[in-house]
Amino acid sequence: MIRSEILKEIAPILRDQLVVCNIGIPSQELHAIDDQPSNFYMLGTMGLASSIGLGLALSQPKPVISIDGDGSVLTNLGTLPTIANNPAGNFILLIIDNGSYGSTGDQPTYAGRKTSLAKVAEACGCETVVECAAEDTGRVLQEALDSGEMTIIVCKCESGNAKMPVITMDPVVIRDRFMKAVSA
Amino acid sequence: MQEDINKRIVDDFVANDVSFVTTVPCKQLAGVIDEIDAREEIHHIPSNKEDEGMGLCAGAFMGGKRPAIIMQNTAIGVTINTLATLTQYYRMPLPMLISYRGELGEPVACQVEMAVHTKALLAQLHIPTYHFHHRDDVEELDKIIKYTFMCNKPVAILTDASFWGGY
Repeated sequence: MIRSEILKEIAPILRDQLVVCNIGIPSQELHAIDDQPSNFYMLGTMGLASSIGLGLALSQPKPVISIDGDGSVLTNLGTLPTIANNPAGNFILLIIDNGSYGSTGDQPTYAGRKTSLAKVAEACGCETVVECAAEDTGRVLQEALDSGEMTIIVCKCESGNAKMPVITMDPVVIRDRFMKAVSA
Repeated sequence: MQEDINKRIVDDFVANDVSFVTTVPCKQLAGVIDEIDAREEIHHIPSNKEDEGMGLCAGAFMGGKRPAIIMQNTAIGVTINTLATLTQYYRMPLPMLISYRGELGEPVACQVEMAVHTKALLAQLHIPTYHFHHRDDVEELDKIIKYTFMCNKPVAILTDASFWGGY
């Protein structure tokens, strides 16, 4: 499975949650598959989906899912100790780990070679870390939501992108409708 | 006196309902950070890098809290992309209390290297910038915080060694 197939499969779970989605093709895919006001699409700023999601989870009670990539987590590796040391029971970090920088031409990441992001997260102090196969993402994500415990999911999947249009929505519109969904 | 200024600064943040503060430490700001950590009204999240801190603040803002970041001026070099593509692009407010290292009284030569670029970079980013040099300059802090949340922009408050009374 590639990322877009996983997103299609978990779209019914994501629909009712606050979602912070990683820059580039992941946001384009989610936007094309199931655009929701409760999706915050990152149009720039690689690496900060997990930080934005944690800040949001710590500031209000609704569940927050940050959809991140292995390359983006590697870019902002300092996020994992911050997450571990400031746990929010309503926060799920879903790392779709396809071992490549998908938005820039599928160049390999170190997560696809020797580095295990699940082990890094554990070493950083994250208490609930689940590594799963792409096919199990929906089940693992639902279990994490039901548990009410902060969970880091590392979903191992194949490299590849679906051809989706660029998001042309104005960033202030994305932010405004997202904030309305947060406070609804 | 030093304790008073730290308390005064944090009082102004609390009075303006700032309740989520992320920090990357600087020697000059140690007292403010201690004060922030001690306040029940403020959720203090130390971060490992300033762009990460700005991400946390963006999330907190969208969650309904008023955020602020405390950092050193060297962080301007780290955060330009985040300021442009996240904070400014999505129009989010962010008071940035910044220690302005490399100014008069600075003992570490390398700090001057970023000090000489600090105001130029902030000007290039069109970030409203205030420079606290004399102790009385703190009187404007309350208005600066109000201004930040009025206009939904990042705003820089540079605080130099003369303001802090040397080190």
